[in-house]
Amino acid sequence: MTNATVASEYSAEVNHVPIEHRFNPYSDNGGTVLGIAGEDFAVLAGDTRQVEGYSIHSRYQPKVFNVGDDIIMTANGFAADGAALIDRFKNQLKWYKFDHGGKKLSIQSAARYIQHLLYGKRFFPYYVYTIIAGLDENGKGAVYSYDPVGSYEREQCRAGGAAASLIMPFLDNQVNFKNQFEPGTDGKQKKELRYLSLDEVLELVKDAFSSATERHIYVGDGLEILIVTKDGVRTEYYPLKRD
Amino acid sequence: MNHDPFHWGRPSQETYGGYNYNIANASNHQQESQLDNFPKVHSQQPIITGTSVVSLKFKHGIIMAADNLGSYGSLLRFNNLERLIKVGSQTVVGISGDISDLQQIERILHELEIEQEIYDSDGGHHLRAPHVHEYLSKILYNRRTKMDPLWNAVIVGGFNDDGTPFLKYIDLLGVTYTSSTLATGFGSHLAVPLLRQLIPNDIDYENIEEDEARKVLENCMRVLFYRDARASDKYSLVTIKSESNEGESTPKKLSYNHETELKVEGQSWKFAKDISGYGSKQL
Repeated sequence: MTNATVASEYSAEVNHVPIEHRFNPYSDNGGTVLGIAGEDFAVLAGDTRQVEGYSIHSRYQPKVFNVGDDIIMTANGFAADGAALIDRFKNQLKWYKFDHGGKKLSIQSAARYIQHLLYGKRFFPYYVYTIIAGLDENGKGAVYSYDPVGSYEREQCRAGGAAASLIMPFLDNQVNFKNQFEPGTDGKQKKELRYLSLDEVLELVKDAFSSATERHIYVGDGLEILIVTKDGVRTEYYPLKRD
Repeated sequence: MNHDPFHWGRPSQETYGGYNYNIANASNHQQESQLDNFPKVHSQQPIITGTSVVSLKFKHGIIMAADNLGSYGSLLRFNNLERLIKVGSQTVVGISGDISDLQQIERILHELEIEQEIYDSDGGHHLRAPHVHEYLSKILYNRRTKMDPLWNAVIVGGFNDDGTPFLKYIDLLGVTYTSSTLATGFGSHLAVPLLRQLIPNDIDYENIEEDEARKVLENCMRVLFYRDARASDKYSLVTIKSESNEGESTPKKLSYNHETELKVEGQSWKFAKDISGYGSKQL
């Protein structure tokens, strides 16, 4: 290791410092994800592009997974951490079943457990924005979202990753009816909240991703949507622009 | 006079002895010998490097190429390296990046092969490309997490358990991805566009014959030799393919073909005379 002498007036100070060419353990692999909860369903969608810098490394590398027990999960950001986190969760879910006679893991327990997985690496974080979706104990759609160190909350909808800032305001307006008012009330009466149907949600998701694809270089190639209903998990795929 | 800026104006140690720091009660003063006791830093940069590995899928298998050069910075240090490693009977691992780390990976893979294939403790289960890839990705991710990376980008090629071609990438960060066309390093800029011209969508490899794939790959090696200053015109090429006809239900017969000392053919340097400064001459 090379040490450089740093000029100082007083020798009592530490006077040799290593010249650092530090290895950066993180990278940004782009992509964006989106989860929406409905009355009796939940969807989690992600584009299938994986990038590094200006290179598109893969046009089809799925990042939303059915991790078992009708829970779907994605961890978007640094791809290696995302894969590691999901692997760890799947593994722990397997052990939970071994230890508890095949008991089903509820979505809120899964959510709390993922907080611990993330916070456990508080000082060397998984560089990912995590979202899980499924049905709660009453059969209502549930979406939980996290920051990289494990702060989490249950929400009606959440966008994560590269184009989160493009999609989230659109969702606020279209899912939670923010800034929408009843016609003819002169902006006095807010539009009343209601659950969206699955078809409405899928249209929103497709619009969100095709718009994000237009405006963000890290988004594109394909859209994979995982849908949880009482009948289980199913997957839909739609092509996106590849430019 | 002592010219070290930290000793200006100090009584010389030879004459007066070292300064006793206890006089000033400077208990937290570090002795100079301790100053090198920094936290352990796994410093790194690649030393001797191998450049791109280029690969693609075709109808019956995969094809992969890498040149035989080991560079020491801009010095062409070794010209006889083999960077395509056979693991088991039907998997190839192509490695770019640091050569000593390559050799470490080679050793690890050899151990894996002994454990899994020679001491066959799992009843006829064979080591295939996805297993090798998973294993390598865990090793590389674990090393990056220890801040002591293996400085490589690796492509694993072979077959899935169901007999379809398998191709997947791993790098020093543990990042992995699949595609029908893969290349590391410079190849991801220069070769991948040529490969994607042949295979625009991932699924299209199913229509590609071996000779088409090979022709494009040879062209990639030529383009890389032209424009990658760390590439050589001597390379190795591995083709792994299943020999069975379509519709056959019997286990497919696999062939693993490793060609060495191939030359980049059909070079034309006519374009070189037009190059001046930092690009082709503007007319």
